Amino acid sequence: MLNRYPLWKYLLILVVLLVGLIYALPNLYPADPAVQISSTASGAALDQERLDRLTQALEDKDIAIKQSELDGNSALIRLERAGQQVAAREIIDERLGDAYTVALNLADATPGWLQALSATPMKLGLDLQGGVHFLLEVDMDAAVEQRLEANASAVRDLLRDERIRYRDTSIDGRAITFQFANADDRDAARGLITDQFPDFEYSTPDTERGASLTMTFTDQAVQDLQDYAVNQNLTTIRNRVNELGVSEPLVQRQGPSRIVVELPGVQDTAAAKRIVGATANLEFRLEARPDTPEREIETLPFRNDEGRSADLMRDIIVTGDHVSSASRSFDENNRPQVNINLDGAGGSMMSRATRANIGRNMAVVFIEHKTRTRTVMEDGEEVEKREAYTERGIISLATIQSTLGNRFRITGLESASEAGDLALLLRSGSLAAPIYFAQERTIGPSLGAQNIAQGIMSVEVGLLLVVLFMLARYKAFGVVANVSLGLNLVLLVAAMSLLGATLTLPGIAGIVLTLGMAVDANVLIFERIREELRAKMPVQQAIHTGFERAFTSIVDANITTLLVAVILFSIGTGPVKGFAVTLSLGILTSMFTAIMVSRAMINLTIGGRPLKKIWI
Amino acid sequence: MRQLDFMGKRRITFIASVLITVIAVGALAFKGLNLGLDFTGGTLVEVRYQQAPELDELRGQLENAGFEDVQVQTFGATNDILVRLQQTFDNEVGQQVVDILNTDTNSVQLVRAEFVGAQVGDQLRDQSGLGMLLALAVVMVYVAFRFQYKFAFGALIALGHDVVIVLGIFALLGLDFDLTVLAAVLAVIGYSLNDTIIVYDRIRENIRRSQTDDMPQIFNDAINQTLARTMATSGTTLLVLLALFFLGGDMIHNFSIALILGIVAGTFSSVYVSAALLLVVKLERKDLIPAQKEDDEEEELP
Repeated sequence: MLNRYPLWKYLLILVVLLVGLIYALPNLYPADPAVQISSTASGAALDQERLDRLTQALEDKDIAIKQSELDGNSALIRLERAGQQVAAREIIDERLGDAYTVALNLADATPGWLQALSATPMKLGLDLQGGVHFLLEVDMDAAVEQRLEANASAVRDLLRDERIRYRDTSIDGRAITFQFANADDRDAARGLITDQFPDFEYSTPDTERGASLTMTFTDQAVQDLQDYAVNQNLTTIRNRVNELGVSEPLVQRQGPSRIVVELPGVQDTAAAKRIVGATANLEFRLEARPDTPEREIETLPFRNDEGRSADLMRDIIVTGDHVSSASRSFDENNRPQVNINLDGAGGSMMSRATRANIGRNMAVVFIEHKTRTRTVMEDGEEVEKREAYTERGIISLATIQSTLGNRFRITGLESASEAGDLALLLRSGSLAAPIYFAQERTIGPSLGAQNIAQGIMSVEVGLLLVVLFMLARYKAFGVVANVSLGLNLVLLVAAMSLLGATLTLPGIAGIVLTLGMAVDANVLIFERIREELRAKMPVQQAIHTGFERAFTSIVDANITTLLVAVILFSIGTGPVKGFAVTLSLGILTSMFTAIMVSRAMINLTIGGRPLKKIWI
Repeated sequence: MRQLDFMGKRRITFIASVLITVIAVGALAFKGLNLGLDFTGGTLVEVRYQQAPELDELRGQLENAGFEDVQVQTFGATNDILVRLQQTFDNEVGQQVVDILNTDTNSVQLVRAEFVGAQVGDQLRDQSGLGMLLALAVVMVYVAFRFQYKFAFGALIALGHDVVIVLGIFALLGLDFDLTVLAAVLAVIGYSLNDTIIVYDRIRENIRRSQTDDMPQIFNDAINQTLARTMATSGTTLLVLLALFFLGGDMIHNFSIALILGIVAGTFSSVYVSAALLLVVKLERKDLIPAQKEDDEEEELP
């Protein structure tokens, strides 16, 4: 008998290998570190002359430029070295000013014809290119408390408008309790509130004096609030990350209350952390009058003068949530200020409040929600306790001269960078609930480069050892196995690039491991062929039987490993996931190359001739 | 080809296996795994000095700055230092450590900083244990389905044997057990199973073909027939792992140790544990008879 494949099988293998080769190719062209400039204001255009001046300025500072290109209103400057991105951005920022956004970027260096086939290189994980990974936890208790505060304030307004007198309000856990002088007031209040605040369950607990009304947040409402808070935070953090100008950032929800942020290539991690995690917001409030009742007053300190404080109304005119845009600038005395535009609703609230209060003082309050962690002993074990607390400080207190509309500015900030941060935070929106850092990983860029170098080195050496081993053991058939192994590597890289998988260090380890195991299928087949030859089977028959009999073993063994890889993928995070992806793709590609491709090679070379002996 | 009498020596190897397993379990019970940051929570900062520093001095510097329970060790090179801290409250601890350690004469560079909240660590620990059990369970169901429940039993014991030995040696030597090592242990499960299945596959085939009911003889034949393959595959994989171990850098050092241990244990157990256990559970020809049909048709294909 002879060993032949039908033509279509050869063609199929050829097509698969060609496609694999094309999609693996882009990995030979690593992305260039680059700085992207785009104009934000409509009047500010970029032209070639300006770009030339910028590149000249960069070269003067010893920053090597690979290429610069102008595309309409934006420009891309490719650099030779990744470490100089930040320096380059600073220089450009300084020269162009606020009308342009300057962002760090990794520019694709894939040739055009490959890009047309949407072939892209693999992304490198944080451990290979450096950067930061944050796992943020949304503080749900604080979110609930904030929402209750807002509701309590709204209820107080309502009661005041309807002239129902209440004594006191208190918030405990998920409930707000109002104290009234008598049951009539309470019943009137209950009738009024119930319709307007449907997210609560109402009860009237007995009290010794007067009457009280408790409104408790329903489970459904807490659930909704949680989803809202996490999604809102996700949007806000995305905005902030975009403002930071990081190339290929990842902002993703994980589980019910966590958010993953990955910023590859970020070098100033402290700044990234400050911006991502900041929970700053603004409140505009009137100063209290001398005759304001005690319970409506809150005394707050000044932010840059601890000893000074002012009595403010508890009720808020407008918060930073109504800011539609904000930018930093300097006043005539060169002091930093933030220019603020309010949205429609915010503008009308502001003008209504200021119109009626010309001559009174209005305060701008800077609020920061923070959490601190303490370790306390509880039942003989150290337990971490988290406490949410809010810092409020007055930035400025100024007399209202005239009715304010939706555009105004605030002064009284300590430094230009603080004004810049505040403008950025107001622009990107505030966080719906405070967040804290549950996990953080910072990988320096030097470690990344080292990891890549060592990873590639070990892949090369490992591969070489396997190749030598197979040649020594299986001679001519070893060549077949080695060619399949090489093609396997190409297909694996192609599949990972196509899936958009991220290459991590454990991922590289996974590649190396699959290479070691990839020859297993060939080993099984070849051993079986040898065995059949020893049993005096004719050569072509032995080849056929070897492939045939080894097949079930290969499938059974690989499926079980695949099952484990899938489980690894579903429980793992970050790097372990990368390992699982590589492992499972490696199993699939190695089955294809070891069974189909090596068979095709054998069929093509010796399958058509009657042979007495083979060199195995 | 030489025939080695594996089954004849099964009592000796059983005793050896049991002994190693008992030591491993003992090490796990009394010494425990040295769980890495991923599972315990805490802070880890890796810094690189220009010149190798004095470790005690360094510890003193950090303790004076208010950090408690500081662990300092070199990582790879003598100027590469790993600092471990208990849970701290500050978010910018990485930069802080660098600022404290930086002196005029010996500059310090931050290589990496990792911070894991205790709660996240606890969750991961539960999840990983669960994942490992799930992996075992799914694989057992698959083996029971493709072969027979007695095979599943043998494979399970062999797997448990390999995993316990890897974990036990990690506990015994006090090696850091982190996420990459967990990945390696799961890969060991896959690998050791791979080996076991290959042997089982051959046993099944031989039982269906042979005329005798002499199970030890059938098993011996099967193991001898697959021995060359087992050695070749373990050999290539070990070659690759040795390359990783010596050249892959410190970050995947423990990963490669776990896999090397696992593959040695897995190769041993696929011969002596998983196959020998089939004798213990009294595998008989009739256990495999119902599946006989599918085998006969395939013989005649060209």
